[in-house]
Amino acid sequence: MPKRTMVLGVIGADVHAVGNQILNFAFTEAGFNVVNLGVMVSQEEFIEAAIETDAKAIVISSLYGHGELDCRGMREKCDEAGLKGILLYVGGNIVVGKQPFEEVEKRFKAMGFDKVFGPGTPPETTIAALKKDFEAIEAKGSGQA
Amino acid sequence: MKPILLIDFGSTYTKATCVDVDSAQLLGTAQSYTTVEEDISIGLENALGQLREETGVREFAQRFACSSAAGGLRMIASGLVPSLTAEAAKRAALGAGAKVIRTYSYELTEDDLEEIRTLKPDILLLCGGTDGGNRDCIERNAKAIASLKGGFPVVLAGNRASAGACRRALEGAGMEVIACENVMPSFNTLNVEPCQKAIREVFLRRIISAKGLSQAQELISGILMPTPAAVLTALTLLSQDLGELMAVDLGGATTDVYSIAKGTPTRAGTVMRGLPEPFAKRTVEGDIGMRYSAHGVVDAVGLERVVEVSGQDEAAVEAWLARVKDEPGVLAATQAERDVDFALASLAIETGLLRHSGKIEEVFTPMGMAYQQTGKDLTQVERILLTGGALIRTGRAEEMTARAMSALPPDSLAPRGARVLLDRRYILSAMGLLSQNYEQVAREMMGREFQ
Repeated sequence: MPKRTMVLGVIGADVHAVGNQILNFAFTEAGFNVVNLGVMVSQEEFIEAAIETDAKAIVISSLYGHGELDCRGMREKCDEAGLKGILLYVGGNIVVGKQPFEEVEKRFKAMGFDKVFGPGTPPETTIAALKKDFEAIEAKGSGQA
Repeated sequence: MKPILLIDFGSTYTKATCVDVDSAQLLGTAQSYTTVEEDISIGLENALGQLREETGVREFAQRFACSSAAGGLRMIASGLVPSLTAEAAKRAALGAGAKVIRTYSYELTEDDLEEIRTLKPDILLLCGGTDGGNRDCIERNAKAIASLKGGFPVVLAGNRASAGACRRALEGAGMEVIACENVMPSFNTLNVEPCQKAIREVFLRRIISAKGLSQAQELISGILMPTPAAVLTALTLLSQDLGELMAVDLGGATTDVYSIAKGTPTRAGTVMRGLPEPFAKRTVEGDIGMRYSAHGVVDAVGLERVVEVSGQDEAAVEAWLARVKDEPGVLAATQAERDVDFALASLAIETGLLRHSGKIEEVFTPMGMAYQQTGKDLTQVERILLTGGALIRTGRAEEMTARAMSALPPDSLAPRGARVLLDRRYILSAMGLLSQNYEQVAREMMGREFQ
C-alpha cells in the first residue's frame, strides 16, 4: 500500500519550530509520508504542496494566538485549487487568550476544518484521528473505483 | 606542442580559439560571421583561415565545439504548480544550456497546445508531481501533447509512477520519449542532473543534425554542448580556485546571469522560502540586451533612469534607441552614443543581478522581527566576471558594474562590493569545452586569465 501523504506546517508569521519538529517526528514514526513545510507557512504554500504531492490531509499548527486570522478562507482556497474534500486539521494555541474550547472548535469547524485540537493535545490523539479519517477516505475511494 | 581547436558557433559569430595543451598557452583567437543558412562550415573555414594566419598552426590535434547557433537549444518546460515542478523544470532546462521559450503549469489548454505546435521546440520537458504525488496532470498533458504528433522529442521527468502511461501515450503517437528521474522526487527537493544529462544526450544525437550543424561534424571531433552549458562548466571549474563567483554575459538580445554559490542565508534568524537553489545557477533575461532588447531595458527601469545614468538628454537617448533597433550591428561612434550605451549596459547588469539574486523580507511577528529569504543570498560573493564582447571593449566595464551594484534596492541579496573580472579575450566557453578533456589545463589557463 502506498504511504498516506499529509502536509504539515506552522501557519502565518509564527516561528515556533520545536513543536513542528516533534509533530514531524511523531507523524513520520506513525507511518505517514509527511511533507513538512516548517514555520511561517502561508495558505498558498500549504495548498501548492498538497497539489504537487497529492496529499490527502493538511495539518496546520499555530501557537501564537493569531491562528484564527491566519486560517480564514483556507477551505475556500482549497476548493478553488481543486483540493475538494481534503482533510483540514488545525491545532495549538489557535486563538487569543483563554476561551472555552467548545466555542473555538465550533468556530473553526464553521470555517471548514474537519478536526480542531486545543493546547496540550498529545500527538497520539491526532494520529488516531488521522488514521480513522484516512481509512474512511480510502474505503470511499475503493468503493467508487 | 599539441594545439587544440575550440569552436563556438554563436548566433552571429563563429569564434575559434587555439590552445596549446602542452604549455597551457592561448595561441590565438579569431572570429567570422556564422553561416548557418548556407553551410556552417564556410564561416568556420573563414575563422580558421584567420586563426592560421595569426598562429601559424596548420594542423590541430583535436577540435571541439559548442553551439548556440540557429536559435540555440529551444525548449518548452511543463510542470504542475508554477512555483514547484514548473519552476524546477525551467531551472533544469536553463542549467542544461537551453533557451526556455515557454513554461507551462497545470493542465495544458487547447490554446497552449496550439502555441506549442507553432513554436516547434527542439525539446519539450514534461514534469509534474512528486514521486508518489499527483499523476493526473502529467498523464493528461502527455496525452494532449501526443495529440500534436510533434516532431520534437519529449524528456519525461515527472512522477515516476506516471512514466509508463506517459511513455505509452507519446510513443503511441510516434513521438520520441526519453524518460529520466523526477526533477522533484520529493517535495521541495531539486534533482536536475539526470534530466540535464538526458537533454544533453538529445542535443548531441538529434539537435546538431537538425540545425544543419552536422556539416561541421566532419571537421571537428564533436559538438559537445550548448554554449551556455560550456560557460557554466568553465565557471564551476573556476570557482574551485577563486571561491564563489557570479558572471554576467550581456548580449544583444539577452542577458545571461550565472552564480556559482550556495546562496544560503548570511543573517541569523532567517527562514528560507521557495525551491532550493542549484549551486551552479543560470538565469536568462530574454527581454534585456544591448541591441534587439534595448527597449526591454527601458521597459524594465523606465526612460528617466536611462537618461539619468547616461547624463544625456531624452532626445539623445531616444535617437540611439531608435538607431539600435533598426541596425542591431551598429557601434557607438559619438560620445553621446557611448554614454547611452554605458547606461543601457549598466542598467541591464543591474536588472540581471536583481532578477537572478534572492530577496530578503522583514516580517514582524509577536516574537519580534524575523527574516524571510527567497532565492540565493549572494551578498558575500566577491567576484563578478563579465563576458560578451562589446561590453568589455568600452573600457568602462568596471564602472558600469560598480554603478549597477550601488543602485540595487535594500531588499535585494545581489552582491554589493564584488570585484569585477573581465573575459577580455572571450575564452570562457572555450575553457568549458577544453575542461571536458583537459581539466587541469583549463584550470591553469583560467587561473592566469582571471586573477
